[in-house]
Amino acid sequence: MRDPILALLAKEPAHGYELRQRLMAALGPAGGGLNPGQVYVTLTRLERAGLVVSETVGQASQPDKKVYELTAAGRDRVVTWLADVSWSKVAPVEFHLKLVAAAATRLADPVALVDAQRLELLRQLRQLQEAALAERPDADGTLLIEGAALRLQADIRWLEVCEQRWDGREPT
Amino acid sequence: MTAVVEARGLVRRYQGDGEVVRAVDGVDLAVEPGETVSVMGPSGCGKSTLLHLLGGLERPDAGELRLGGRRVDGLSETQWAVFRRQGVGFVFQAFHLVDELTAVENVELPALLVGSSRHDARRRASGLLDRLGVGARAGHLPDRLSGGERQRVAVARALINEPLVVLADEPTGNLDSRATGDILRLFADLRAAGQTLLIVTHDPRVASMADRLLTMRDGVIDGGTRLDGGAFASPLADLGDLADRGGA
Repeated sequence: MRDPILALLAKEPAHGYELRQRLMAALGPAGGGLNPGQVYVTLTRLERAGLVVSETVGQASQPDKKVYELTAAGRDRVVTWLADVSWSKVAPVEFHLKLVAAAATRLADPVALVDAQRLELLRQLRQLQEAALAERPDADGTLLIEGAALRLQADIRWLEVCEQRWDGREPT
Repeated sequence: MTAVVEARGLVRRYQGDGEVVRAVDGVDLAVEPGETVSVMGPSGCGKSTLLHLLGGLERPDAGELRLGGRRVDGLSETQWAVFRRQGVGFVFQAFHLVDELTAVENVELPALLVGSSRHDARRRASGLLDRLGVGARAGHLPDRLSGGERQRVAVARALINEPLVVLADEPTGNLDSRATGDILRLFADLRAAGQTLLIVTHDPRVASMADRLLTMRDGVIDGGTRLDGGAFASPLADLGDLADRGGA
């Protein structure tokens, strides 16, 4: 969360509400999962870390607002973040171990586990697709949905491979 | 309400290498009016054969089949050919358009076969192509169209005689991601318009949009599960979750 917010500030100084709006626009439907206070908490942390500085601007009819600006260290950090190639992993290790355990113990049928898991993933895929259909096709947020949908499809394909492996196999 | 498609104990056997293969091994199935049903299953599970049986492209060795309440498993080849023109619309993976005919001519062909006037057939075919977003391509031969456009023309052809049911066999199997998205949108529109639809597919994107998912294995089908219920986890909430994961 810190890095994306820092990066949104790299274009020009902004106050918290503006940043939140920019973030919501970039996330599209996925922005619904965003905690409203998260941006403000993050900005406070970034300031403490010396990555941003703030200036309080008085407003006539509303409470003062804080406008945040990147420091040089903050800018370096954004550049480093953009170049970083680490990738959050979707690791279905636990499901794999369930199948191994089911086959070994006969406490559950591995193929039935695959079926139940596939249904759950198909339901999630459907939610994503319905969200995408409700958006303008060229909205930035739909790219995020497309990515999530493609990952789900890969997981569903992997379930097919699991099924082939475990279907009819005797416990070891 | 009478089911649009109702099968009981459908069986289809093939003579394999020295042994009889039961490709469809006693399938019971009911598709309600306006319902979208998808059938998934591993390759060779019999799902394409099932679709062929439901549309009369193959005959069952045993069992009963009713379409729109009419018993059809005993129809002759000729009777099926007549019934199919108005009762069933097919959509195939490889589109199966007539290469020598333009898009609009492909679409109006089934209407002409059931005796519509040229004028009426052309009017309805053009209207459908417009509705499916390929009206501007009406005068093109299939080889001038993209895969997605060809499939939309094929869907228009399947719809022209207002069939009881549209049977689709891997409709997105030859399409890229974007064209698949167009077909998904199209099926969602058909569903909203009350068209009954049965789709055999490997594609999770297509399968997930159905009202009900049937799983087929070794020629046998399960009772089906509704897909419009809530998922345990909301994938959208996960997406927006940018909470810091280590590092600062």
